[in-house]
Amino acid sequence: MISLRGKVALVGAADSRVGIVPDLDANELCADAILLSLADAGIDKDQVDGLITCNSMSKPMLYHAEAMAEYLQIFPRYCFAAGAGGGTTFSILHHAASAIVTGMADIIVIAMADCLSSGLSREQSLLVQSSTGHPQFEQPYGPTVPAYYALIAHAHMAKFGTLPEHFAEIAVACRAHAIQNKTAQMRDPITVEDVLNSRMIADPLHLLDCSLVSDGGAAIVMTSAERAVDFPHPPIYLLGVGEGHSHEHISQAKSLTTSAARESSKQAYAMAGLGPKDMQFAQLYDCFTPTVLLELEDLGFCKKGEGGPFISSVGIGPDGSLPVNTHGGLLSHCHPGNPGSMFALTESIWQLRHSAGKRQVSNANVGLLHAQGGIMSSHTTLILGRDAS
Amino acid sequence: MNRIQPQVSGLSSEFFDGCNEGVLRLQHCKSCKAIQFYPRVFCKVCSGRNLDWVNASGKGNVASFTVVRKALTEGYKAPYIVALIDLKEGPRMMSNIVNCEPELVTVGVGVRVVFSAWSDTLSLPVFELSNEK
Repeated sequence: MISLRGKVALVGAADSRVGIVPDLDANELCADAILLSLADAGIDKDQVDGLITCNSMSKPMLYHAEAMAEYLQIFPRYCFAAGAGGGTTFSILHHAASAIVTGMADIIVIAMADCLSSGLSREQSLLVQSSTGHPQFEQPYGPTVPAYYALIAHAHMAKFGTLPEHFAEIAVACRAHAIQNKTAQMRDPITVEDVLNSRMIADPLHLLDCSLVSDGGAAIVMTSAERAVDFPHPPIYLLGVGEGHSHEHISQAKSLTTSAARESSKQAYAMAGLGPKDMQFAQLYDCFTPTVLLELEDLGFCKKGEGGPFISSVGIGPDGSLPVNTHGGLLSHCHPGNPGSMFALTESIWQLRHSAGKRQVSNANVGLLHAQGGIMSSHTTLILGRDAS
Repeated sequence: MNRIQPQVSGLSSEFFDGCNEGVLRLQHCKSCKAIQFYPRVFCKVCSGRNLDWVNASGKGNVASFTVVRKALTEGYKAPYIVALIDLKEGPRMMSNIVNCEPELVTVGVGVRVVFSAWSDTLSLPVFELSNEK
């Protein structure tokens, strides 16, 4: 197998405005993010020969990437839209890296945007996202998206004694990061008590255990390590990547408490030649607080079952030993659906460029990013670093 | 507004016909004897293609559950319990737990199947607490 380690780099990154953006639709936000990312990379749109997008829920188009290329009047030789739920962002990065190494494209833009807040009613947003459930054997029972993740949370609590307080601490930590990020949608400080006293949505998940419903988009520019040195910003290298796909429907998962993040991270660590202890920060998919707890375990930051105590003792907030979701995550920065992890990616690029301002993690040289889609179904782990070797 | 209706087609019609008759039917592999849910065109254990159906006991235990406080659509009346049930025969299925206070449900508790009308022509399996482990 060809290792992708150090072969490709991220040379441009940008977010659109996020939160509630009523004046642009999902595809306009996507175009906006692309133009901003090209400006960051210091290149013209005509230099892009690869474009990868994912469809939006609020303004879907049958051939999304092709339509976006047409909109921007770019004419790539490599162009597709992918879909793996929240895991799409990083699995696309894996594909893009392979495409660059195999010569399918030289400069690839990855862009995603959606408007779950302004483009859909609350009811539509709830319904379209819960359609991840099996149409015959799950959806009729009325599971909402929080309900699917609540099943995971209850199973973890029953097996390992994890407490609602542990989940709440994750929400508090993400909010503490968001307070330092001017672009974050939610910036008022919260406490564990605030989380536990917020409205119950699907036991044991409270309102503040749930991610936001947002508008927003982001884009990055990727090229080969050789070309990357000619761009204005220091290149951020892909050091490791791996995927694991264990099921789609939660009733078919082999385990409710251990995910395919184990498999995806094992591959990423092996490729990078690094382990959990080498990471200065981690951006972990946080559609609901329990996912972060399971990911900390499955990615090897602590032992299985010890996620709760780990969060309490080590700390994942700005002052913690392992800062997690330094931009505020889906819980407090923004969550426009499938594009959600794009913001963890652009944030990681800024952290590794050492341009993250007030929220800069000191000595950030290597970071881990993890995203999952479906209901803990499709997993991709990335390891990014400042140095190619 | 109605609850979400499953589309009955192909292999699954045997399962849904059973529901209408008050029987929980599961697919059974004639080669390796595995019992599986949901219905597939092959046995997910041995990849055999020779499958028939067996009547399940309707007994199981709660693998996990949640109380949905904000309903999916107007067709659902919150609070309601969504659960994963480990059937005695092995397979896991999603369902609702009915006829009980949410506070009484715990992971591991015993349940038994009952059938609930989802439309004029279709019933679906749901579960209620049993006194068995």
